[in-house]
Amino acid sequence: MHSEDRRALLLHLVTLAGLFALQFLLPAYHHTNFARIMVLACYAMGYNLLMGYVGLLSLGHAMLFVAGLYGAGLSAEHLGFGPLTAFVTGVVAGSVLSFAVGMIALRTSGVAFMIVTLMFSQAVFLSTLYFSGVTGGDEGFVLQGAARRIHAGSIILDLSNRTTRYNLALLLFSICLMASFALVRSSAGRVFIAIRENEERTVMLGYDSFRYKLLATVLSGTMSAASGAAYALLFAYVGSTFASIQYSILPLLWVLLGGVGTTLGPLFGTAAMFYLIDFTSDYTSSYLLFVGLALVLIVLLFPQGILGTVRAKAAPWLP
Amino acid sequence: MTFGPHLFLALLEGTVAAFVLALTALGLSLVFGVMRIVNVAHGEFFMLGAVLAWAFSSLIPASPALGFILALIASPLAVGAIALLADRLVLRRLHYQPEATIVATIGLLYIIQQSVLSLYGPYARPVPAPIEFRVQFPWFGYSGYKLVVIAAAGFLLAATWYVLMRTRIGLVMRATQFDRETAQAFAIPVERVYSMIFALGAMLAAGAGVLIVPIQQAHYLMGLDPLLLSFITVIVGGLGSLRGTIVAAFLIGISDGIISVFFSPTLAKIIATLFVAMVLVFRPSGLFAQARN
Repeated sequence: MHSEDRRALLLHLVTLAGLFALQFLLPAYHHTNFARIMVLACYAMGYNLLMGYVGLLSLGHAMLFVAGLYGAGLSAEHLGFGPLTAFVTGVVAGSVLSFAVGMIALRTSGVAFMIVTLMFSQAVFLSTLYFSGVTGGDEGFVLQGAARRIHAGSIILDLSNRTTRYNLALLLFSICLMASFALVRSSAGRVFIAIRENEERTVMLGYDSFRYKLLATVLSGTMSAASGAAYALLFAYVGSTFASIQYSILPLLWVLLGGVGTTLGPLFGTAAMFYLIDFTSDYTSSYLLFVGLALVLIVLLFPQGILGTVRAKAAPWLP
Repeated sequence: MTFGPHLFLALLEGTVAAFVLALTALGLSLVFGVMRIVNVAHGEFFMLGAVLAWAFSSLIPASPALGFILALIASPLAVGAIALLADRLVLRRLHYQPEATIVATIGLLYIIQQSVLSLYGPYARPVPAPIEFRVQFPWFGYSGYKLVVIAAAGFLLAATWYVLMRTRIGLVMRATQFDRETAQAFAIPVERVYSMIFALGAMLAAGAGVLIVPIQQAHYLMGLDPLLLSFITVIVGGLGSLRGTIVAAFLIGISDGIISVFFSPTLAKIIATLFVAMVLVFRPSGLFAQARN
């Protein structure tokens, strides 16, 4: 292992240890916020795999997030699945959907890819409204009782307990973060970056770029769905708002703000934007204005994001 | 009502929708064709047109007709000015790079929409129609204003076509669309053309918004549906082909009208969005690629 790799690995482990320690310091309100941020950061990391490393900008990731959300939520609500089975159902739903979408949408590139993903996601959103008898539509439904208790031998984990919730969110975040870290350093990760930098050249070198892009789409979709499934089970609410365009834009914003193509950037971007929205929504109902301003200002003045700038100025070894 | 008159009503509604859609989609298509950028904020210009129409027409409460005429002139001009500002402050600085521009126009979408929410509020407000008469068919009465919409939209479409095809400025725009570098080499101020096109596209959407507001009330979220429908239209018609856009607008507007009368509108939208995604994947130059010149 190179010393740079060791340094990067250490940084990731220190971040995780820091997040673990944070739960003993945070007051109740921010405690729950951070559990949410960690789960949503998994969504952002999933988005970043595709956008930051392969260079494919999707405007329809909400469909993958809700594949997990509804996969877990509906199976728990209607089929009586326990949280673990429901979570797996959600993740599998996301993998299958991302595979299907990838097979079709990856025939296009650039602007066409964005619009195709946007349209697919819109179709999923409209379907959640159309089948409101099952999904609850706009109002959604709340998960209760057995759907929120994990039986592990004689121990019962109650997902409405905030310590349990925080640590399960941290567990998921750790898995996603270390998986991203391992992935971008693997040979497949190198090919992803090569495709982002110059797809034609990568093809000329003998790589089947479609297959790698499909792999990245499925990994990205699986991670986004894992985040969605965890969000449904940990925070107990499932509704079609999560399928709207807004939830496809948010991960884009989080990744842009945190730093495109950095493993830790999504966490910083998600946390910063979460608190910006949380803070401004106390004062105004048009808090999405700040989402808009942030998007415009980032592309104009801060295109590399937080960690991208750090990498360019101080730490070129950041993965 | 029996099937025949029902279908006739659906056709009428569809035609009105088609003219409004053609106007909105033409704006999006112009911007994409000439500037090669996707303007996600296009629907917000439509919404701004409608909301400003309410503001202008309420300046002359005594006469709905005069108020409406004021709105029809002033509202697109105001929206054009806002678009010009957005182009200067944001898009030009991004050098119209496609992906950065999409992100920036998503930002503009939220900025415009949420500014309207804080200044105008979450209300749906009606604007009185400038004329009050009903066309009496044997089976049902039909709002005469909707026929005015068809006439006005038709006029605006014809005017846009005239400007593009028969005037010097239109020639300059088409030259820029055809080959940006060569146009620049012939001393065409490409950036100024871009600003003009962006403003013109926004004004077309705003005009459509003004025309629709006596039928459908002004609301800060009303821009999303026209945006998606315009996307669908522009894609089905072939990205950058103005003629294709117009043909597609009529096809989609009328079939949307018919489908919405007979089936669930949500189901119609699901089918339409999936259909357009497939068109973009399998026929990227549009359904009427051969018909283009």
